[in-house]
Amino acid sequence: MLTEYNVEGGDFTRAGYASSQIKKTLKNLNISPEIIKRVVVALYEAEVNIVAHAFKGVISADISNSGIKLVLEDEGPGIPDIDMAMTKGYSTASSRVREMGFGAGMGLPNIKDNADRFNIVSRVGEGTRVTIEIDFAG
Amino acid sequence: MSQTTYHRALEIMRDVCIGCSHCMKVCPTEALRVTGGKAHIHVDWCIDCGECYRVCPTRAIRVMDDDFKQIYEYKHRLLLVPSVFFAQFDNKVSRETVCSIIGELGFTEISTVEQSVDTLIREENDYLKNCVKPSISSFCPAVVRLIQVRFPSLLDHIMKLIPPIEITAQYFKRKYAEEGIPESDLGIFYLTPCIGKIAAVKSPVGGYESPITGVINMDYFYNKVYLAFKQHIPLTSQVKVSRELSSKGVLFPVTGGESVHIEGKTLAIDGMNNVIDFLEMLENEEVEGFDFLELRACDQSCAGGILCHRNRFLAAESMREYASSISDTHSLVPEYLKHCSAVIHMDEIEPRSMIKYDRDIDVALKKMEGAKKLRMLFPGIDCGACGAPSCEALAEDIVKDQADITSCIFLRTLFEKRGEITLEEAVRIMEKIWGKDRFNKDL
Repeated sequence: MLTEYNVEGGDFTRAGYASSQIKKTLKNLNISPEIIKRVVVALYEAEVNIVAHAFKGVISADISNSGIKLVLEDEGPGIPDIDMAMTKGYSTASSRVREMGFGAGMGLPNIKDNADRFNIVSRVGEGTRVTIEIDFAG
Repeated sequence: MSQTTYHRALEIMRDVCIGCSHCMKVCPTEALRVTGGKAHIHVDWCIDCGECYRVCPTRAIRVMDDDFKQIYEYKHRLLLVPSVFFAQFDNKVSRETVCSIIGELGFTEISTVEQSVDTLIREENDYLKNCVKPSISSFCPAVVRLIQVRFPSLLDHIMKLIPPIEITAQYFKRKYAEEGIPESDLGIFYLTPCIGKIAAVKSPVGGYESPITGVINMDYFYNKVYLAFKQHIPLTSQVKVSRELSSKGVLFPVTGGESVHIEGKTLAIDGMNNVIDFLEMLENEEVEGFDFLELRACDQSCAGGILCHRNRFLAAESMREYASSISDTHSLVPEYLKHCSAVIHMDEIEPRSMIKYDRDIDVALKKMEGAKKLRMLFPGIDCGACGAPSCEALAEDIVKDQADITSCIFLRTLFEKRGEITLEEAVRIMEKIWGKDRFNKDL
């Protein structure tokens, strides 16, 4: 079952909508709470990344009997050095923002940790595409 | 409707129900439907919160409390009274008078439920040193059941400590046993301000067995006590009153009365919708840094209990006023401390799965996809004219063969407009949902 959600850059008050909807769907399918938690944590993080860094994006969620595949595609600045962005603790946020408790890094590595398969492709000046796959079994 | 192993604390009386659908609209788990002009409960989804009872205009929802007369089967009849009960009366009716009347009505001993609170608070702070954070209070049974049904991933956050009523009941059970009174001679009764507590006593969570013999409905008992007061019945019976109670105990059942004593970063939230909103956020890991959450289903917590009749703000104020006049500890605290750690812990709380579509994921996915398509056709008004609480709920019912697409009054009007169904058929559908009587009126 395929569902799509639009995400607007800068619209923090609506961030988390897609994760909430997908959480509800997975609960209605009786997916185990542990799996749902991984999906929600990974998706929420990725969703907020679009809101915080991109102009706009689309989240597509494809749910099958074996698992969920999430594709988050955004139009935005892109990531110049993905390896650096995947480093735990690395952040592009200014020290002032970090003092406020935001932007501590961990975004992408945390998504990867919660995913069974994770892929990220980015073009500077165009956008980023994150793919998260989580299996329902085991 | 399917069978259940859970104790049901409420039941709809078909002959009294007028099928007005007020209950259907407020149910937090969408467990109610109207067919044949009567409301029906999907028992597996019911969490005994009593929101339906609160709004029912004809009192068609019966609380499955115990028959009052059964107290006489016991030689010793102990009534555990919650502090919110005394707050149902204004200052003209003193606590002493209320206790004397309770004695006159047949009880041999009275204690407040919250006698154990001081000890519980200590145990909670101890528990918090080593547990999943934030820890959620196990006090409100409707919240515990809500988490079982709607937020199973948060079950390990619920504090595995039994509530004050059970600790107090255990204390008295032990005390009577020590006095050599046979267990069969002692009836421990609990006067409850809410429906959830009835279910909690009858089928407790966490592998626990309650020593409570019976549960008395506070709404019913208030009338009995107040009638006796109004009629000035002679007070001749002797009743033993266990008066030990601290200000902490009195205030524990009102909002913030628990969290204020817990060390660390805490939050107190009341009201079913507020609790649901917060649990959604917690489940998404959007909230961080809290050690303890006091979550209560009713606005103003137990002062706004389903079976409390007095205005919740006035009741809460009465409790605050009384609390400010007494000490913050009492003489039985050491004795409670000595014995309660043996009984206070409970096991893991099991989830209660709310099967929406099907146990089989392939079937569930297919049905869900069907429901998604149906929702696009529905108006999204959630008018309830179909007998389901929302367009979404109707879509789910249809794919489960529990309702028909023509139940939707908007689609039915469309079908009529196209000449695809007749007026007679449309009337029949309406009668099937709302009952024939509604459409036989002398105007």
